[in-house]
Amino acid sequence: MGQVTMTVNGKTVSGTVEDRTLLSTFIRENLALTGTHVGCDTSQCGACLVHVDGKAVKSCTMLAAQANGGAVTTIEGVGTPAELHPVQKAFKENHGLQCGFCTPGMIMSAIDMINRLGPNLDEDTIRHELEGNICRCTGYHNIVKAIKQASEEMADVLEAAE
Amino acid sequence: MTSEGIGARVLRKEDKRFITGNGNYTDDVKLPRMGYAAFVRSPHAHAKVRSIKTDAALAMPGVDAVLNGHQLVADGIGNIICGWMIHSKDGSPMNMGQWRALESETVRFVGQAVAVVVADTLQQAMDAAEAVEVDYEELPVIVDSRDALKEGAPQLHPEAPGNLIFDWEIGEEAATNAAFDSAKTIVSMDIDNNRLVPNPMEPRSAVASFDAAEEHYTLYTTSQNPHVARLVLSAFYNVAPEHKLRVIAPDVGGGFGSKIYIYPEEIACLWASKRVGRPVKWTSDRTEAFLTDAHGRDHHSTAEMALDENNRITGLRVNTLANLGAYMSLFSSSVPTYLYATLLSGQYNIPNIYANVKTVYTNTTPVDAYRGAGRPEATYVIERMMETAARQIGMDPADFRRLNFVTEFPHQTPVIMCYDAGDYDASLNAAMKAIDYAGFASRRAQSEANGKLRGIGMSCYIEACGIAPSQAVGSLGAGVGLWESAEVRVNPVGTIEVLTGSHSHGQGHETTFSQLIAERFGLPTDNVAIVHGDTDKVQFGMGTYGSRSGAVGMSAIVKALDKVEDKAKRIAAHLMEASEGDIEIENGELKVAGTDKKLSFTEIALAAYTAHNLPEGMEPGLKESAFYDPTNFTFPAGTHICEVEIDPDTGKVEVVNFVAADDFGTIINPMIVEGQVHGGLVQGIGQALLENAAYDEDGQLLSASYMDYTMPRADDVPSFKLETTVTECPGNPLGMKGCGEAGAIGSPPAVINAITDALGVEDFAMPASPSRVWQALQQKGMKEAAE
Amino acid sequence: MYETTYHKASSVSEAVDLLKKADDGKLLSGGQTLIPTMKQRLAAPSDLIDLRQIDELKGISRQSDGSIRIGAATCHADVAGSADVKEALPGLAALAGKIGDPHVRHMGTIGGSIANNDPAADYPSALLALGASIETNKREFTADDFFTGMFETALDEDEIVTAIVFPATEKSAYAKFPNPASRYAMAGVFVAKGANGTRVAVTGAGQDGVFRVKEMETALNGSWSPDAVASISVSADDLISDIHGSSEYRANLVTVMAKRAVAAA
Repeated sequence: MGQVTMTVNGKTVSGTVEDRTLLSTFIRENLALTGTHVGCDTSQCGACLVHVDGKAVKSCTMLAAQANGGAVTTIEGVGTPAELHPVQKAFKENHGLQCGFCTPGMIMSAIDMINRLGPNLDEDTIRHELEGNICRCTGYHNIVKAIKQASEEMADVLEAAE
Repeated sequence: MTSEGIGARVLRKEDKRFITGNGNYTDDVKLPRMGYAAFVRSPHAHAKVRSIKTDAALAMPGVDAVLNGHQLVADGIGNIICGWMIHSKDGSPMNMGQWRALESETVRFVGQAVAVVVADTLQQAMDAAEAVEVDYEELPVIVDSRDALKEGAPQLHPEAPGNLIFDWEIGEEAATNAAFDSAKTIVSMDIDNNRLVPNPMEPRSAVASFDAAEEHYTLYTTSQNPHVARLVLSAFYNVAPEHKLRVIAPDVGGGFGSKIYIYPEEIACLWASKRVGRPVKWTSDRTEAFLTDAHGRDHHSTAEMALDENNRITGLRVNTLANLGAYMSLFSSSVPTYLYATLLSGQYNIPNIYANVKTVYTNTTPVDAYRGAGRPEATYVIERMMETAARQIGMDPADFRRLNFVTEFPHQTPVIMCYDAGDYDASLNAAMKAIDYAGFASRRAQSEANGKLRGIGMSCYIEACGIAPSQAVGSLGAGVGLWESAEVRVNPVGTIEVLTGSHSHGQGHETTFSQLIAERFGLPTDNVAIVHGDTDKVQFGMGTYGSRSGAVGMSAIVKALDKVEDKAKRIAAHLMEASEGDIEIENGELKVAGTDKKLSFTEIALAAYTAHNLPEGMEPGLKESAFYDPTNFTFPAGTHICEVEIDPDTGKVEVVNFVAADDFGTIINPMIVEGQVHGGLVQGIGQALLENAAYDEDGQLLSASYMDYTMPRADDVPSFKLETTVTECPGNPLGMKGCGEAGAIGSPPAVINAITDALGVEDFAMPASPSRVWQALQQKGMKEAAE
Repeated sequence: MYETTYHKASSVSEAVDLLKKADDGKLLSGGQTLIPTMKQRLAAPSDLIDLRQIDELKGISRQSDGSIRIGAATCHADVAGSADVKEALPGLAALAGKIGDPHVRHMGTIGGSIANNDPAADYPSALLALGASIETNKREFTADDFFTGMFETALDEDEIVTAIVFPATEKSAYAKFPNPASRYAMAGVFVAKGANGTRVAVTGAGQDGVFRVKEMETALNGSWSPDAVASISVSADDLISDIHGSSEYRANLVTVMAKRAVAAA
């Protein structure tokens, strides 16, 4: 057992957990932030994606202890129902989700993708970059559309800021 | 209507909670004092259980109990049932082996549960489950259904001699044989349909609690049909009477059929929650999901088609062997029979059809309905045959199909189904236009110039949806009625709650069902709440599967709305001193036609509840319910065309173009329907190109994780081009047919027809993995070199 | 996962001490293989010693002789994105950008990958083809000596990879045919022409892990062109055969990927 302390969605949190506790478990069970999902055992589905120190990682493939002292953003820290992040908004506007289970991971992946590769992403890039996220409902068609739209909108936002 | 009525692309009401991480799935449920369950599972595909030693596990930290099948049986928990009785052609009932939620005598597939541990934490439960010592005596194993019927094959169940579950037939054998006797051309093929694992992204989960004072259970579970779950848990598994059991299926992360059934884990959690005196949670990990979620498909068929001198089909003869796995799951018997062979006529006028279906036990995970359930298997048989026949007689595949299309309705097939409406030419034309069929030759030449092989293939599918009416399915062996219910509850302030027995696990019911109210009363969808998934809230319901929520579930809502409208109009007429026939509803107001007299819907609702001034004899309140039982199945149909490009060096297939032209009848929300089609297409393309549940000869599932089971990813598939043609379904008030499964039904043969076209081979087994495609090219090369 | 004791090391020497003290300790770098293995209860280390935060193990530098030195705890994304690597060793940058998926690349490290020596991992092929040297807390290996078989390396139990040094190379490229399911390499071929001569290394296909194809190397020394390797095939006897493809299929992929890598270099 050990004490872990980290910043999650801007708030400092801590807990005493077994060393084998995964970051996904800490987020879901200790912090009750249940938007982060677990959909596989082999680090492939991406439902558990969070950002640690600004980078998208699979929280089911990281110990809570490894994130000790770090800054974590989960889906709950991205936007609120009243004020959606452009990626969240684009998922809604393009019907980029059905059952919603993979959606938090998809959104965290899309934000990371746009952060890394810049705005105005093309379809091939988006499809390739989604290698670590599996969706069984949408056939990806509308997820790709949503990310494309969001990447364009974020370009506008960036341009306006300049 | 408002801009949110029927046909409007209304954005989904449910999305906000999902995109912000506020969904409420079963594994998110946490109850006070909750313990965690871990199952002890068989590592063997077939073995006698000699003993189960639990002392070491019981002594481990945090462990409450280690429970096994002997205790389960002693407590009177019933065996798992199959809810659809099929009789063999000799009249004998199907041979059903015993299936217990926890097995204590003979395990028959890898992953079968033999004991359950309950502990304070999940890790403690898992540690203890590993410490349970089970002594197994291994038995010989059957994996392939073709081995099951062989003389001397290992026997799985004493109730099923020779491992045969049933030997069933449909159609007229003698007449069909006669058609073959006089045929000009006979086309015959072996056609396999690969075994799939459904893989909804949310793994199954159950949280069970028992209130000792009330002797009442609550079960949160990942179910597509919570009422059916309660019914079966009560009536057959003897967990508790229905009024002492509440089943809640909150947000459910996809189902695709695999969450219809009531699994051993749910039964065990309920039973254990009483035994240990605390709520018990179990959540499947993905490996458990691969091993224990009901699989789909797994057919081996031989098919023959007879053609006359005009290339018209005169007969179809099909022999199918279906692998149902180690046990008969809830609807497993209906899938390769009434959901399969009744669709073998496809979109075609085939005067004589005979099919024989044998189902067998093997030491594999039980097989049941998976998206499409029987209809993809039928479509694959008929559409592979159509393509092959066209090539054999040297006719364009589209022309050959067109020549044999059913063009007059209603059309009675020789295999029970009576098609009510359709226009198959229209969807074929739309698809050919959308994919620029005429321009294919030049695209192929372009690919060849780049060293690639290009092929095109089509599939004209038909399916039967709605799974109804009750009387008909009852006569065919169904153990339940297949209607749907709805209650429309107008609140005194004029907002509306619709309680439905359908269950949404991705289909967007909260939006589409609300659109019906927008259409009817001109109220905004924001004024409507759709209530589902809770047996304490909703009257009753049969749930969501078989693309039935539109055609059956929404029809029930329409029937209830009829009654609400009728009563509202009577109140309005009374209050405005007009005749009922003069009341019109528009934009949330009830108006007297031809006058400026009007009352808002809210005023009428309030009047109904204040009851100060109602028509003579009218009951207060504004709440109506309806049970809707359809008159027939519905028959969505369409054409899918696939264009592939193959890299001959690696065998990798790329789907470069895919068009689906579908006739779903009336469409409530095109955006949601398109989403259903996209998802179905990728599951179908997944079956054709990527997915396969592979067992080794010892019955170990080799593809038991995403490391080996190829889930379609974003870069495996293209964006799609969708077209819609409409013939309304005459059988229900909205004219709807259903859209949930079509994508998965129509696409696999389109993909394989395109691949065989590109490769220039006839025979090709799914999935078209790169290595198989490469192998086919090598064999073709060797064959050509030899010739 | 079995219970374990986690330690965060802040220096290589501290990590070595922690490893020596542990009953059955294991080094944790990115954890992208080790943690899934532990989740499946296929590994049960008593202690985990986390190397990811050790500054001396991080970073990419171009050295005066033109070689590229990559700290063992550098993640794949940093290698893929490094301007120095892209310029000097485009094949290596491309390879790093194809490992796993974007999120795995944020965690997984080059040191962790080579110390694990998964037969389907990408990096071993680059190290072997580029003639890289592997620096540890004890000594330095050549890549040829380092990889000794499937999941086997020449590392001692208490030895930690600290950096990998890639010599300047005239040409380099990597072509990978991924397993459709896992996306690991079914056959990944790295070709390089440089100080260590022309080298061709294959990962993903061999039963004993990464291996060189000398016949292709000789052919490419004669003529650096895809055609030079087009008719050279490796024996299927020592290749992996599984549900995703036969050894013959993998042998074919080796030739096809070699051609493509040469064309891309």
